Amino acid sequence: MNRLIGLIVTGVMLISSSVFAADKVKVGYLSTLSGPGASLGMDILDGFKLGIKHCGDKLGGLPVELVIGDDQMKPEVGVQVSTRMMEKDKVDFVTGIVFSNVMMAVAKPITDAGIFLISANAGPSPLAGAGCMPNLFTVSWQNDQTHEAMGKYLQDKGVKRLYLMAPNYQAGKDGLEGVKRYFKGEIVAEVYTEVNQPDYAAELTQLRAANPDAVFVFYPGGMGVNFIKQYAQAGLKEKYPLYTTAFTTNQAVLPAMGDAALGIINASFWSPDLDNAVNKKFVADFQATYNHLPSLFAAQGYDTALLIDSAIRQVNGDLNAKDGLRAAFRKADFKSVRGAFRFNHNHFPIQDFYIRQVVKDPNGVLTNKITGVAFKDHADAYHGQCTMQW
Amino acid sequence: MHLDPILLLVQGLNGVQLGVMLFLMASGLTLIFGVMNLLNLAHGSMYMMGAYLAASLQQRTGSFLLALVLALPATFLIGMIIEAVAMRRLYDRDHLDQVLVTFGFILCFNELVCILWGPQALFMALPDGLSGYVILLPGVIYPSYRLMIIGSGLLVAVLLYLLVMKTRLGMLIRAGASHREMVGSLGVNIKLLYTLLFGIGSALAGLAGMLAGPILSIESGMGDPVLILALVVIVIGGLGSIRGALLASIMVGVADTFGRILLPPALASMVIYLLMAAILFWRPKGLFSANG
Repeated sequence: MNRLIGLIVTGVMLISSSVFAADKVKVGYLSTLSGPGASLGMDILDGFKLGIKHCGDKLGGLPVELVIGDDQMKPEVGVQVSTRMMEKDKVDFVTGIVFSNVMMAVAKPITDAGIFLISANAGPSPLAGAGCMPNLFTVSWQNDQTHEAMGKYLQDKGVKRLYLMAPNYQAGKDGLEGVKRYFKGEIVAEVYTEVNQPDYAAELTQLRAANPDAVFVFYPGGMGVNFIKQYAQAGLKEKYPLYTTAFTTNQAVLPAMGDAALGIINASFWSPDLDNAVNKKFVADFQATYNHLPSLFAAQGYDTALLIDSAIRQVNGDLNAKDGLRAAFRKADFKSVRGAFRFNHNHFPIQDFYIRQVVKDPNGVLTNKITGVAFKDHADAYHGQCTMQW
Repeated sequence: MHLDPILLLVQGLNGVQLGVMLFLMASGLTLIFGVMNLLNLAHGSMYMMGAYLAASLQQRTGSFLLALVLALPATFLIGMIIEAVAMRRLYDRDHLDQVLVTFGFILCFNELVCILWGPQALFMALPDGLSGYVILLPGVIYPSYRLMIIGSGLLVAVLLYLLVMKTRLGMLIRAGASHREMVGSLGVNIKLLYTLLFGIGSALAGLAGMLAGPILSIESGMGDPVLILALVVIVIGGLGSIRGALLASIMVGVADTFGRILLPPALASMVIYLLMAAILFWRPKGLFSANG
């Protein structure tokens, strides 16, 4: 009899322990925190931390332990750090991931281990298509989408002869592919420059000689600062209007570009002046906390925190309920800085894309202002190849 | 692909400007390597420090010229301090040891600028008088600032030549390159000479950074791609030869520029290394010997 009671009690405890809420949630934040890509990783982290703060310093009601790791923009370091996070720190989620090369390396090991990977930035096309994964959710966008928005804008605008430039790596090629998917006019030239090339004098001279109607470029980070400054200094801005995406003209790099960036039209899924309550609160608090306006990267980090919070809330803090968490992530029941938010069946967002222009705000600070809409409820081009259904 | 003479002329100017920029970096590097036999990878960090210091000073004082005037001696000082603290222990060591230590300096400086100035890139404005462009010939539009860079680089080349060939300090430098112990045993304070030389080399790199600041992004790690180009230049030009550094810089600048516009991207990035291989095949020690 005692044996039976003992067995029953043990059995009840074993069953109930799996529906006990955890006492805290461990989140591994893996991002690029050193070298030229560091400002993006830091921005996303700033947004993520603000998101946690706005959720009551908790995620889903659970206190948060943040484990921060630096992938140094290197895939092998990313794998090492994520392995350490999973095995030593025993994190419940991994998030961050700025660069697609790191993402391609860490996505499978993390998700195969049963840990949810919530990308706050990188959205490479293989993972949106045939390589889509049940434990991977990308909160930001699919890499091509923003470029597609600008391609559509240029097509609708009636631009006839377009000059394309990008750095010679996967993201550069994907970017220009995205533009060409929607822009059907003449491509005067498709120029790929060396990654981290500092000086574009030669390429700009060629551009002037080619005499296009408009120029589209994709130059993230420091490359963008170099290019935009040199483009304006060569006197090209007036004659050859420059079009780009938020990756080139975002809040993180605008101060370094100065007036050279004024007036440049760019595409983005978000803008600081987006008119909804959540975004207004986010921008105001971000400015108050960090003394500068948020970039789209910070906005992505913020939305990631809100998403994770909503998912943990739905399973009542039971971090072992993997299927429940997955269903909760898919539901994405949170109020995003973008307004409404929903995932496509490949776990990438379906969202609106805006056309913005770089202006000076009343305080003389360079920022972006929405001037139009490029896409409403835009899905990525690869979801058809993803076989996940729910 | 249009290749009319006007276009070629402008691209040629672009090549020369890039070359002159490289010369500022390479001259310091070749002096340090040629005279002191020190392979100094932290040279790129001096370039970066020059840019960061000039940018901050410009923001504070509002004047580009003042920023240059103040940042130049600052970089000179930083160079001398590094030499006194770390580099002077390396003269007798293997080149590999020197690479390890100076590579460590690169990592330290890259993090240092992040700590002091944050991870975002800094902004440096063009000086007011030079923010437009000049029309040299009909159809040849060239930014004034870049013309100034070409001018400054050539001025530095002349000044360096005068320093090395016509002054006592220059004589000591050349003698020290030939035979260090002999110079020391003749009563010359070789330690001080080396410290000064390292300071001069660092100041030259810093000057290149300051001049590049308004047209390039001022961020952590900005010196690394330039350092690689400078190393290629000094190998082509001959280690220790300033004349070689000048000629090689122009060659590399022009080759790189035309490579980028005439060849597909993968080949274009190889052009300067192919050039280096070809020169070394023809002249294994580079174009000129030391003291040339």
